[in-house]
Amino acid sequence: MMEIGLNHYLILSTILFAIGLVGIMRRKNLLLLFFATEILLNSVNIAFAAISHYYGDLTGQMFAFFVIAIAASEVAVGLGLLIVWFKRHGNVDLDTMSTMRG
Amino acid sequence: MFEAIAFYLFAFLTIAMFYITVTTSQALYALTALAAGMIFISAFFFILGADFLGAVQIIVYTGAVMAIYAFGMMFFDTTRDVKEKQGNKFIVVGLSTLAAVLVVLIFVAPMLSTNMTAFYPTIEGAGNTQEVGMVLFTKYLIPFEVAAVMLLVAMVAGIVLAGKKMDLSLTLMTQAEIDAAKKEQDKKVLS
Repeated sequence: MMEIGLNHYLILSTILFAIGLVGIMRRKNLLLLFFATEILLNSVNIAFAAISHYYGDLTGQMFAFFVIAIAASEVAVGLGLLIVWFKRHGNVDLDTMSTMRG
Repeated sequence: MFEAIAFYLFAFLTIAMFYITVTTSQALYALTALAAGMIFISAFFFILGADFLGAVQIIVYTGAVMAIYAFGMMFFDTTRDVKEKQGNKFIVVGLSTLAAVLVVLIFVAPMLSTNMTAFYPTIEGAGNTQEVGMVLFTKYLIPFEVAAVMLLVAMVAGIVLAGKKMDLSLTLMTQAEIDAAKKEQDKKVLS
């Protein structure tokens, strides 16, 4: 209990990942969906850093860096698209984005 | 001992902050809770000895990403409550937990199956930042360059998408006015 091992970090990562997935499934607002995506990416980063530490290998940290870079570019493009959509339609709800529904 | 106390404290704080992020109906509360959660996550990186990753987490996530979100939210109507899907809660939670456990199993499976040895072992007598630099600029140089190009593309995309016609509000204009503005812009491009 007092000795923190790899399993502790993996369990924490699981809990955070589950919270992010719950957020993705119950949110309608696209901005808050982006927030939930950030939670998912961060929970995976914790797992990468923990495995990197407990196996004495730097590959996990490298992957975490690339995940952070991808998250930053995702936010830049996604928020730009969201602003364009909001200027045209006045909201960012998923229900209104049904122009391609068959 | 102190490691355990720090781990449990920050685990509790992180889970609480992210729980607020996914359950609150106010977008501003979600933003601030997410920023706090990001900072608490960097504490895990410091505990794990990944100092450089922790610093990058604070600078990039709370410095850059949250600032972009804060600026982006100025465009949206964030004062009204957020509507939510009224689905079956048990299905949502069950599916999420299942998927999360699956992800962790994907991480753990290679470690259990074989005797894993370090691919790029940590170097004796070098700090974390030095090690990261050594590995990043030798083994991972090509991905590093590709990530740089990807960030450049994302920056151009962000400027093109959000920076166009900041003086106009397309939602307050009628369709005829939008068409007229488009025609005018075509003329400008042609001339």
